[in-house]
This record gives sequence, C-alpha cells and structure tokens, in this order.
Amino acid sequence: MTTSSPLATPGPLGSSAPRVAVLAGGLSHERDVSVRSGRRVAEALRSAGVEVSVHDVDADLVPALTALRPDIVWPVLHGASGEDGSVRDVVQLLGLRLLGTGPRASRVAWSKPIAKTVVSRAGITTPEFVTLPQSLFRELGAGRVLDAIVERLGLPVVVKPSRGGSALGVSVVRTADELPRAMVECFAYGDTALVERAVDGVEVAVSVIDLGDGPVALPPIEIVTDGPYDYDARYNAGRVEYFAPARLAPETLAAVSDVAVTAHRALGLARLSRADLIVDREGVVHFLEVNVAPGMTETSLLPQAAEAAGHNLGALYRSLVEASLAGEPTGLEGVPVH
Amino acid sequence: MTSQPEPRPETSGTPTSTAAGTRLDPWLDSYADRTHGMRASEIRALFAVANRPEVVSLAGGMPFLDGLPLDTLAQVASQVVAQQGLQALQYGSGQGHERLREQVLEVMALESISAHPDDVVVTTGSQQALDLVTRVFINPGDVVVAEAPSYVGALGVFRAYQADVVHVPIDEHGLVPEALDETLTALAAAGRRTKFLYTVPNFHNPAGVSLALERRPRIIEIARRHGVLVLEDNPYGLLGFDRDPWPALRSYDEDGVVYLGSFSKTFAPGYRVGWAVAPHAVREKLVLASESAILCPSNASQIAISEYLATCDWRSQVKSYRELYRERRDAMISALTEYLPDASWNVPDGGFYTWVRLPDGLDAKDMLPRAVTARVAYVPGTAFYYDGAGRDHMRLSFCYPTPERIREGIRRLASVVSGERELVEMFGTGNDDGPGDDVVFPAPDVV
Repeated sequence: MTTSSPLATPGPLGSSAPRVAVLAGGLSHERDVSVRSGRRVAEALRSAGVEVSVHDVDADLVPALTALRPDIVWPVLHGASGEDGSVRDVVQLLGLRLLGTGPRASRVAWSKPIAKTVVSRAGITTPEFVTLPQSLFRELGAGRVLDAIVERLGLPVVVKPSRGGSALGVSVVRTADELPRAMVECFAYGDTALVERAVDGVEVAVSVIDLGDGPVALPPIEIVTDGPYDYDARYNAGRVEYFAPARLAPETLAAVSDVAVTAHRALGLARLSRADLIVDREGVVHFLEVNVAPGMTETSLLPQAAEAAGHNLGALYRSLVEASLAGEPTGLEGVPVH
Repeated sequence: MTSQPEPRPETSGTPTSTAAGTRLDPWLDSYADRTHGMRASEIRALFAVANRPEVVSLAGGMPFLDGLPLDTLAQVASQVVAQQGLQALQYGSGQGHERLREQVLEVMALESISAHPDDVVVTTGSQQALDLVTRVFINPGDVVVAEAPSYVGALGVFRAYQADVVHVPIDEHGLVPEALDETLTALAAAGRRTKFLYTVPNFHNPAGVSLALERRPRIIEIARRHGVLVLEDNPYGLLGFDRDPWPALRSYDEDGVVYLGSFSKTFAPGYRVGWAVAPHAVREKLVLASESAILCPSNASQIAISEYLATCDWRSQVKSYRELYRERRDAMISALTEYLPDASWNVPDGGFYTWVRLPDGLDAKDMLPRAVTARVAYVPGTAFYYDGAGRDHMRLSFCYPTPERIREGIRRLASVVSGERELVEMFGTGNDDGPGDDVVFPAPDVV
C-alpha cells in the first residue's frame, strides 16, 4: 500500500481541521481487510474535512509519523501488531496521540481467553472454555486432551485461535471426530487454541462508541447466516442477512447493549469497540469476544450500526477524532484491577 | 465469532420486529448464475501480504522485469506517441494491429507454426483469448477436458461460463495420451459433449512439465478422432533453459487447434497483449466476440510492442530471460534438495514453476497461514483443480525472487513443513479428509 499525501489544501474548516494518520495494512493475516477498512475510514474522514494520510506498517512508518507529526494516529489494523498493543505502544513512544484503546488494554482484549476472564469477573456470562497451547498437546498426547475437552465441554464446541479475527482458523465442531482437524486448522493461525462450548441462539454484534460522554452502544446488529459466519460470509455481501436493530425484545436489546458497554468499560477500552455476543434460548447474553479495531469495510458491522443509528460516517469519525483530541491521551487508562 | 444459527430464542429473544434485514447487496437476486463462486476468499486474502518485502513470495507468476531495457522502452513509447500518436491513441482494428499480427508470425515461427496474419487475433493478454474461446464454444454444462492439474486462470474462465471440467492425468512427459483417449471415450459413452481439450504443452503451469515430442502428434490424432478442438495455451514456450522450442501442437494441425500466445512472460505483462491463432471460421467468431467485449485491443500497447519487436533485439532479451530463470530454477532445486528432502518435485527445463508434492499427510492449503506467518508464500495445489484435489501439492514459482531469496524462502518453508508435520502427526489428520474447494480466481499477480 502506498502512503497517500495529506490533502494539499485545507479542508472545509480550514486550518482547524485535525490531521489524522490512519494506519492500515500490516503483515497480519488480516492485511487485506485492514487495507479496505483503512481506506473506508480515510474516505469518510476526508468527506468530513479532515486531513488524512494513510500509512502501512513498515520501515517507513516511524520516519513518516515523525516527519508528519499528525494530531492523532488512528490504527485501523486488524490482527497481530495492530490489535495486540505493540503498534499502539510505538505510536505513544513517538509522543503521538492515539485514537482508541491504549496498548495495555489492547493487549488484554486481544487475548480472547483473558478478555473472557476479565468480563466474566464483571458479571458477564461467557461460554465455558479452555485455552490450549499447541505445546500442551505435544506434552500430554493429543488424544487424551481431546477426549477431556469433549467430556468437559460436550459438543458442539467452537475452536478458534486465542488471538485473531475475521473468523480465520475458526471451526464449529459437532462430532468428536471433527475435532482433530479443527485443531490443526486453528493452529495454522496461532499457537494457542481457545475451545469453548457452542451456544445456540441469536448472534449479535454490538458496537460501542464514546464521543466524550462515556461509552454508548450503537444499535445491536443481528447476524443470520446460512452457514458459518466465516471469512466468506463476512466479506462477500449476500451470504449473511443483517437486522439492525436485532429482532429482540426491548429488554433483551437493552441487555445486549448493556453487556457490550460493560465489557468495554471492564476491559478499559477507549472510543470504539465491538463486542460479539450470543443471546441463548433463555435470553441470556453470552460474551464471545471484543475487538479494539473493529472492521470498517463496506460490509463491516460498526459502520452498519452507525448508519442504522442515523450517523453520517464522516461526521461520526470526525467526532471520534475530536473527542480523542479533547480528552485524556489514551494509554493513561490502565487495565482495570479486579 | 462463529455462526450460531437457528432456532431463534423463544422467550425474551423472540423477534419483535418484522422489519426486513439487509444482505448489503441490493442486487443479490439479480446476478447471473455464472457469478456463483466469484467471491473474495480467505486464501486470496492471505496473499495480500505476499507482496510485502518481508515475505519471500514463491507464489506469483510475475516475470522478472528488472532485466528489461527500460530506457530503450521509454524511448520507444515516446516515439510511438510522437510519431504515431494519432493512430496509437485512436481506436483500432478489432482483430488487432496488422503489423503486429505479421510480427507475431515471426515469433511463432520459432515453434514451427506457419500461419497468415489474417489467422491471428490480438487480445488483451492471452487471458482474454481464453475468455473468447470459452465464450464462443461453451454452453452451460459442456465439458472441457484439461490436464490435472491445470492453469488456475483458465479454470476460473471455464467456471464463469459454467463448463464442467474433467481432468486428465499428466506424467513427467505431459498429458498422457492413453488417459486422454479413455476419458474422451468415456465422456462420449456417457452422452457428454466435450467441446475442447485445454492444454499447456510447454513448461506447464503449475506442473512444470512439457508434452513429449512423440506424444504431440498422438494427442492431435486422439482429439481429431473424437471431434474435440484443442486449445493450446503457450505463454512459456520460448522460455526453455536447455533446448530450442519444440513444435507447437498447432504445427501438426491447422484446423483442429486454437493456439494462444502471449508477450506477458517473454516481454512484459503490463502491455496486456496476447493473441490467438485460429481456423478461419473460429477466428471470425473470435473477432466478433472480442469486438463485442472490448471493441479493439489497445492500439498504444500493440504499437509499442510492434516497435519493440522491430527495433530491439527481442531474441536476445528472451535469451537473457532464459538464463536468468535457469539460474533461479537451479537455486530452487538446490534449496529443495537441501531443505526439503522428504518432499518430491519435478525439475522443470523451462518456464516459471516447480510442482512440489509434500510429505505424506500434509495439506498445502491448511499450511498456508502458517507459511505466511513465517514470511513465505506459495500457491496451494487445490487452486489448480476443479474438484478439490491437489491438497498435497504446492506450486513454487522461481521467476521473481533472486536466487538468494529463493533459498531463504525454501529454508522458511522447510520449517513450516516441519511444524505442520508435527501437528498432523500429533492429531492424526491427513490431507484427504478436508472439504473440497471451489476454484477461486486469484489476483493477477498470482496467476
């Protein structure tokens, strides 16, 4: 990806227009999605009069940021260094402001098992799970561990990399003999697997934004698929039907929104996040995972939710920028102590 | 997050709204059936990192253009606009620029093809010629017979026209005549209509093999006996390392072969100029089909290539490519021998690719994310089959990276293979129990 220059002329608001450096791309498995997300964010910000430059995460990044000294850096990076806090650390090392969650809280949210533990301590239900590094199978013998998983969690279970997004390496396992292959596919994307009990119910994604007055949930989006909500379903319009707001009773809608905001707070997230949840047959809301850099592509959930709430994306993203510039620099929020 | 589909909750989760959902694509119900399978894929997304300098890409089929005389080409381009601008920037003939069609005959003469300029249709890369031939011949459900494995870009075209591809085995000498005969016989017995045989006879993509000289007339005889046209795709024919080009299938049969040529591998793909040589009646239809698709190929590109052929020593350029690619082939084979002794591969005597069979039980598609993490990329074998086969193979390209980078890439790949083998042994999985794959059309820099 090339680095685009900031607008040559000031935006509609003249010299007061903030200058934003959007980071997109990187070397993760989700590079392609990140490039698309970054482009969308940049376009929306430009439409709102913001000066935007887009940067890949490569050897040119630090010199570019150092020379440019943007007012704020918005990492639209999915996976690996973008969401695990490391690039965010570097941004702060350079003395630049960061839009969104700081490095320490990102590190916690990025790890699905740790995030699940933190939110469950905040009173949120999350499917029972185990976290299993590849090395453990080597040491204990795969067969015995797999048997124990089935015995403890029952079937079906969901196998996913403990870190990462876009459903890469994720499988729903319905019979015990599908489990070994699911583990192999999962370990292709990372060295630690999270295996959790599958919950039958309505799948909902809740985006949370904070424009300076505290985190607020956008309309929950219900996701209905004709198969797994996998990479294919996520990035090819058509396989998934979205309902915004989700077709849930008002009290359940309120409950899913509350869970997303509670998770956002409990994890110490900032400005924007997206929680992936399931509402079971009894109406219990289960937390699956949270994203500190939610997808921003044309098929992604946060932009859909924002539009469902009547937001103009450019204006909303500019408001996020301005709220971030007006507020405390990120990175001062620590991981909550429980 | 994973799917947790129906049934819906029946208590507080009961739907309260009858509002319609959105599938984000208002035209979803309007698409033609042929678009089925045209979609972004996880595999394709993984290739997004392949062009980053940190990654050794053994995936792409991009020619190594650094050896081109760019200053000379700049002068040629400048002169084309200055001296022939009104023609170069104007619409041109649907069949292609006449002088270029004459020059194409000189290129093809190296492979013993004798033809008339009128037999040549210039296309936007030979990929467009593939599209045109398929458009002209294939009704939904018609059979195309193709090598196993076969060029992924052709499979994508065949799928787009809803052809049914039946693969025929190849060995180290290319397409197996007896297998072709048996397949065509069986298809006819089953009442299936086979429209053409698609074959890459020289330095095959992806298998790297060439159709043995003695088999060439036999393939032609079999196709003729079964009334099946031969579509000969020959982008690599001039890129042999140790021998002069062999006679093209077209040289054995003017009436039964449509020959496709290209400047993309022997010169530069950016011009997007290829061509088809076809029997008279077929050629007429190809021209009309091309005009309806694009009106005419780019005059600017055609004239630039024509001037290059006329004023530069293109034969020396091809020779220098051959030497460059031979050195890279040697680097790859040497690195494979050193680092991946448990795998097997062919030693191609031309072209861009080595076709590697992984040690037993390993699955090249499953392994790709791990390879990308290790900063090396390849194309899994499944891309080259219509039926989900090929999981145990990978295509490695030696055309683009330097010998040092090739060596480093194979070293990285060996550690990936080693890790994957441990995993597969640990979980007792193999490469034969995964789901089949649809053909996913790759990005242009991967084909």
